[in-house]
This record gives sequence, C-alpha cells and structure tokens, in this order.
Amino acid sequence: MADMAGYTGATGGAAVSPPRRVHVGDLLRRVGITGKGVVTAVPFFWLLLFFLVPFLIVFKIALSQTTVGIPPYTPMFETVGEEGRTTITLIWDNFRFLVSDDLYVISYLNSLWIAFVSTLFCLLIGYPVAYALAKSEPRWRTPLLMMVILPFWTSFLIRVYAWIMLLRDDGLVTANLNAVLMALGVIDQPLQILYTPTAAYIGIVYSYLPFMILPLYATLEKLDNTLLEAAADLGCPPWKAFLTITLPLSIPGILAGSLLVFIPATGEFVIPALLGGPDTLMIGKVLWDEFFNSRDWPVASAVAIALLVFLVVPIMWFQSIQGRQQEQEGA
Amino acid sequence: MPKSWFLRGALAVGLIFLYGPILLLIAYSFNDNRLVTVWSGFSFRWYGELMQNAQLLEAAWLSLRIAFITACGAVVLGTMAGLLMARFGPFRGRALFGGMISAPLVMPEVIMGLSLLLLFVSLEQLIGWPAGRGTTTIVIAHITFTMSFVAVVIQSRLVSLDASLEEAAMDLGARPAKVFFVITLPIIAPSVVAGWLLAFTLSLDDLVIASFVSGPGSTTLPMVVFSSVRLGVSPQINALATIVVAVVAVGIVIAGVMNARAERTRRRDEQMAQQG
Repeated sequence: MADMAGYTGATGGAAVSPPRRVHVGDLLRRVGITGKGVVTAVPFFWLLLFFLVPFLIVFKIALSQTTVGIPPYTPMFETVGEEGRTTITLIWDNFRFLVSDDLYVISYLNSLWIAFVSTLFCLLIGYPVAYALAKSEPRWRTPLLMMVILPFWTSFLIRVYAWIMLLRDDGLVTANLNAVLMALGVIDQPLQILYTPTAAYIGIVYSYLPFMILPLYATLEKLDNTLLEAAADLGCPPWKAFLTITLPLSIPGILAGSLLVFIPATGEFVIPALLGGPDTLMIGKVLWDEFFNSRDWPVASAVAIALLVFLVVPIMWFQSIQGRQQEQEGA
Repeated sequence: MPKSWFLRGALAVGLIFLYGPILLLIAYSFNDNRLVTVWSGFSFRWYGELMQNAQLLEAAWLSLRIAFITACGAVVLGTMAGLLMARFGPFRGRALFGGMISAPLVMPEVIMGLSLLLLFVSLEQLIGWPAGRGTTTIVIAHITFTMSFVAVVIQSRLVSLDASLEEAAMDLGARPAKVFFVITLPIIAPSVVAGWLLAFTLSLDDLVIASFVSGPGSTTLPMVVFSSVRLGVSPQINALATIVVAVVAVGIVIAGVMNARAERTRRRDEQMAQQG
C-alpha cells in the first residue's frame, strides 16, 4: 500500500527546491503516513477484517466437525499437516448432509422460487408507479418520491407486523375477501391467508417494493423524451412507442431493481418467520433454526456457504450493473 | 401529477398499498379493545402501558445508543470509502474494494450475521478480544453493513459534483486535507447528514445481525418486538409503531424544509454570482 500513499521518495530535488515551512503533515509523510494513505487504508482494512475474513471463517467452519463444548466446532487453527487424512475425510460431510436431507434442497428451491415470484410482482406493481413518477410534473416529483421513500424509513419489522393484523382470519383483508368470495360462490370455506406462503409473498412484495421503484424511476426519469416525440411524429401509437422505446431503454433499471429485490429476498428470515407459518420453507429461516435451535454451527455455516454460492452470480451481476451506471454518470 | 388517468390510478394504488397497513396500525393504536381488530372506542391506554414496560424501554434506550455510535462511525468510514471510490482514480485493489463496499447492500442478513459472529468468536479465542459479545460487537457489525450505504450516498454526490472547485483550490496551493475540509465537505454536507440518518435508521431497525452478534444483557428493541410479536399481536406494539412513524415523519419534514431552504440559498447565490 506504500505506492498508494503518494509519497514518491526524496530522490533528488531536495537540494534545488527553495526551503519550505515544516508542517506536521510533512513529518508524517516522511514516515509514510499521508492523508490519502489513511483514507485508503482505514476503510480498506475495516472491510477486509470485518467483511472478507468472516466469510473465510464461515468457509473453514463449514468444513469442520461438530464437537461438544463451547464453541461447538473443532478448533480453527489446528495443525492440519499430521492429520491430513482425517481432515480430508471430514471435509464435505456437512455439505453431503445438506444434499442428503430433502429439507435443505426443498428450502433452497423454495427460496429461489418465492424470491423470483415476489420480484415479478414487485416489477408488475412497481413499474407503473415508477413510470407515473417519472411522467409527473417536475414540481410534483420530489414530494411524490419522498412519499415512496417514507415507508422505507419506518421500521421494517413494524411494517411486517402491520400485515399480521390485516391478514388474520378476522383481519380487514382476509375477512372482507372471504365475504366477497363466499357471496360470489367461488369458495364455500373461508380462506386462511396468515401463516401460509401467500402471506410471505405479500410481505416480501410489500417490504421490497421501494427497492424496485427507486432504480426504475432513476432510469425512466433520465429517458430522452425527444425519442418518444419523434415516434409520435412518425405516427407510432403510444403503446407501441412504449414497447419499442421506453421498455428496452429501461432494462438497466429493471435489472437493478430486480436484483435489489431478488438477492435479499432469497435469504429472507423475518417475513417467512412472522407471516409464512411452518409451511413456508425458506433457507434463511432454516439457517436461523439450525443456528439458534439446533446449535449446529458447522451445518449452519454450510447452509450459509451454499446460499452464497447460489447468490454469487446475481451479486456479481448487480455489481457490474452498478459499476457501469457509475461510469455513465461520471462521464 | 401525471396527466394520464391510468398513471394517476397506478400511483394511487401504489401509495395505498404502501401506506394502508401503516395507517391502519396507527388507527388501532388508539383502540381501547385488547382485541386489535375490534374497535371499542378511542383511548391512549396502550401508550400508558408502553411507558410502564421497563424491558421495552431499556431495549429502546440501548438501540438508540447503538444507532448513534454506529451512525457516527459509519459516516467517517463511509465518507472515506466514497471519497476513495469517486476521487482517487485507479489504485491497486480497487476492484476488491468496490466488491467489498457494494456487497453488503444486497447480502442476505443471515449470512452477514453468522459470519461476523464466527469472526468474533475466533478473535476471542485468538487474542482474547472482544471478551464476550454485547454492545461493542453489535456496533462493529452495524458499522460494517451501514458504511456501504453511506459510501453509496457520498460517492453518487461526489460523482455528480464538478471537481473543478477542488482542482482550483489545489492549484492555489491548498493541501488535500484542507481542500477536503474547506471545499468538499461543506458541499457534500447534506449527503453526509443523509448518510448519518440512513445509518442511524438501519441500525435501529436491524433484527437479524444484532441477534447473531449480541450477548446476554444486550437485547435491542427489534429483538424485543420480534419475540413479543411471535407470541401474538399486542396493542402495545401498535402504540410503539405509531411513535416510531411519528418521529420519522417529523424528521423527514424537518429535513425536507431544511433541504428546500438550502437549495433556495444556493440558487440565489448562483444568480448573484452570475450577475456579478
């Protein structure tokens, strides 16, 4: 990191340059400490220590064996050299366990499916809202945007809790929906919504909707209106202009919004735990139970690693989209 | 307002969906009945009971302290990170740093919580620090995931900001540190405040990561709310939710007014500068 410090050394020049005032900064620089170096090194090492190293530890522990005592896994820095054989035989046990038990496989697939469907619904609800925001008069945009962001600032837990009241059997949504459906003769038994996967879908779509609307709005707002005017002048109907111009140009926003919803939704714990009931198997909840109820740290770590493997591709994709957008803004 | 009726409808549906549950929650916090879905008259009863709930108040106080320290730490580290990404150009390890700073934005909380806990346990075995888990470990964990949000806010502000002012100061002989504190920081101050508030809110709201890295005796407010909601719906939670919403709404309005005023001053200054 010495080359980042910006101090190029005192080779030559010192004799010919005029005498300068001595600053504390100069003294620090002489030992290799510069403002630039500190600004680079501090956040870099913080993230290395508290973000990257922890993942390596999770990986290590996923390959360990459960032992009795605290902490409940084999020591981290054992000498592997002598017992190389035994270690290798243990290595994939936790992962083999994940594959052998239907619970984990079903939970993974279920999580991906629930996250996918929720992302789709967020897009269906969020796109018209973002489009309406982008098309509103400039003086309305900021207040309307604030109204979309405001719920995001109130507690996530409280917003999920609000749905428990609505979706209970005697809650406003469930009771009225059942009354209407039974009057129409669609159902003869009242539906239960709370503590079913449907409630988990509703909760995820509700909680993550702002994450879909904001990137979509950012893309749609920058859209060049002259393209649409040109299309209209050439006799293109508005719906066709939307499909051939607006929609393709908003794809970066659609992708960014979808990833911002899909990735965290896959590992979601709170919503399935509070709204979904025992039938909603999601991998975040399984990890939580494995850790807090079964106290099986190695299996919990293996679950985390397997979840991460599923999410590495979308996370990398998200980063490349973000990087490209920043380059465009910077240009 | 958009001109087309379809778009007005879409906006209305979206906003009703976003606000309906919260408004209903607020309405029922003033309901006298213990059954939250039966209305039996207006009352402040649950607010009174909330104020008697020592466990909840203690957890709220702990959460506020943690959120305050977290927000201050996250603003310092996040501003450094944002500066690094927006102004320092290419440096060795930039790709790795970019990955580490943006990954917490989307990383599932269960993974971050588990990995940080395992780090703390391993560190304790290795060097004896941190001794046990509690406020310190929660603060470190919260700074780690909130600094990413601060960095994004600061970085996007810096990228849209014309660097010529900073370059001019540099040409006139100001040192980088002076340029930052005299020129850059005052200009990005609204984003720094926004980042602080964002980190504060995220920390106050976090249940999953705090659950992993907390120890006995460090139970935060979301942890208390979560366990009480799991046992069933409680009207006290409605009252608590209403207070949270009210505080947030007041904060947003104040921030909005201050922002609008700053914007007006800036515009007037620009006009005066142009008129010479």
